[in-house]
Amino acid sequence: MSRTTKRHVAAAAALIVALIWAFPVYWMVNSSFLTPLTINRLTPTWVPFGGTLQNYREVTTETPFFAALSMSLMVVAVALVVCLAFATLAALAISRFRFRGRKSFVLTVILVQMLPAEAMFIAQFQMISGLGLLNSLAGVSIIYIAMVVPFTIWMLRGFVAGVPIELEEAAMVDGCTRLQAFRRITFPLIAPGLVASGVFAFIQVWNEFALASVLLTNNDVQTLPLWLRNIAQQSNLGAPEWGQIMAGSVLVAVPVIIFFVIVQGRMAQGLVGGAVKG
Amino acid sequence: MTIVAPTELDSDPLEQPLASGGRETPRRRKRKSKLPYWLLVPAVGTLAIGLAYPMGWQILNAMREFGLRQQFGQPAPWIWFDNYTTLFSDSFFWTVVVRSLVFMAGTALATMALGISLALLMKAAPTWARLVLQSALLLAWAMPIVAQMTVFSWLIDPRNGVLNYLLSALPGVDMIGHNWLEAPLSFFFVASVIITWASVPFVAISVYAALTQVSKEMLEAAQLDGANARQTLVHIIMPIIRPVLIILLLLQFIWDLRVYAQIRLLQDFGPKGDDYDLLGTYIYGLGIGQGEFGLAAAAAMIVLLITLCVSGFYVRELLREDAR
Repeated sequence: MSRTTKRHVAAAAALIVALIWAFPVYWMVNSSFLTPLTINRLTPTWVPFGGTLQNYREVTTETPFFAALSMSLMVVAVALVVCLAFATLAALAISRFRFRGRKSFVLTVILVQMLPAEAMFIAQFQMISGLGLLNSLAGVSIIYIAMVVPFTIWMLRGFVAGVPIELEEAAMVDGCTRLQAFRRITFPLIAPGLVASGVFAFIQVWNEFALASVLLTNNDVQTLPLWLRNIAQQSNLGAPEWGQIMAGSVLVAVPVIIFFVIVQGRMAQGLVGGAVKG
Repeated sequence: MTIVAPTELDSDPLEQPLASGGRETPRRRKRKSKLPYWLLVPAVGTLAIGLAYPMGWQILNAMREFGLRQQFGQPAPWIWFDNYTTLFSDSFFWTVVVRSLVFMAGTALATMALGISLALLMKAAPTWARLVLQSALLLAWAMPIVAQMTVFSWLIDPRNGVLNYLLSALPGVDMIGHNWLEAPLSFFFVASVIITWASVPFVAISVYAALTQVSKEMLEAAQLDGANARQTLVHIIMPIIRPVLIILLLLQFIWDLRVYAQIRLLQDFGPKGDDYDLLGTYIYGLGIGQGEFGLAAAAAMIVLLITLCVSGFYVRELLREDAR
């Protein structure tokens, strides 16, 4: 095969694979615009010409969508603010100082990220239930903050280390206090890092299902993933309302897809981190 | 391009100068300061409440008995390692452990093989085709787990699902009405396909990023020396991107062991029962389903142990990065 034929074959293969990988996402969007009548035909409808917003209307009004949305937003807000504040302080400590116990702390931060929900959720359920915080914003927030803080520290560590300490020192020579030096010099420089790690924390909390399913057992207090599970499960009893379920899935997925596309480069970097460096 | 030199890896990374380039003086000056400890208090406090305390509870309660009487408020008696012996002598527990490990290995290896192939494909394809493929992968990667499961349940719906429709379009095949989740083996196959679909993008994009770091000069030199494509791949490219491949494989092992959400959701939308359990759903059933907190805690400790074994290697790799 000549070089150009090879490239043509590769291009064709890449397009086919792209089609296969994007198809489920396309199918979700497509189905969400189809009426129950169209969707239940024996031949699939490939393009939603003359589509309808009926599914979106029904799934948001006939189910507790807005209650779940506000619960999700509250959990995300609490977890994000607390997590970013705590993680920034910790990232400053481990990248600006050398102290006894630093190594164990870094090791803990990495190890904890590996813990699967299934290795801990029985114990976390018992603790939250013992505190009387099942089905509450506080209960699920405590667990989520502990879940996202380690990754956020790990990510911010790199950003803080990227700001030369000389900059802060120069500001202090010019008469700033240590706090002022941080606020005026370091903080603006790590702001992009805060945004990026904030987006990751957002995605993790927004998508979380395992812990939520254990800690939020009451159907009146749900985050969006639980809400989506419930509408899929309920309609499973009769003939599934696939149009509505897909509309619900779109509503849960779209914010994540948008944020994700913005920050994905950093995500891969954080996880594989410089094993081969350019 | 720099590749981590092996000698550098063998020494203890944290004893080396830190990230900001080995300026020792400012650090030495601050070594006596109490400030770093104060900065760590909130983070450590959070981890202590959210993780360390439950972990302590788990270690202790894995050694106590929770039966019917405890549900009526009796204190749980200490039985030391009886929960572990009960689990180890339960053949169903072993079935679930082996099933989970096979599921983990199969899914992780399939993901790696597909991911590496797609990365090579991206390298071979012209830029526009690569961008199309990367965008498609990104879409799949961004899907929340619950949405992944609802979408795939719809795709494989027995009556109106597009998969059965397409398969039935093949001559001599009639799959309309076939339930992909009914037979346990088929159930796990579907779960594995969904998880692979969702994890391949991360592997493919990471491996592709590593491939772009392999210098052109080196590849040209190999070509001049008469190496063919396969030899170049095996002897030049693979050794260079090996560190990335190892980290990715370990991550896949860790992630494919924790698939509680996917299995639970697939059970919610399809069949339920012991035959469809992996470790996560098994522990959930024991603890929250049956109130056997002692047994569940012991089983969770075993999952923890398996995870720690795999993560040990991963942590070593990451600590090297902290040294830079």
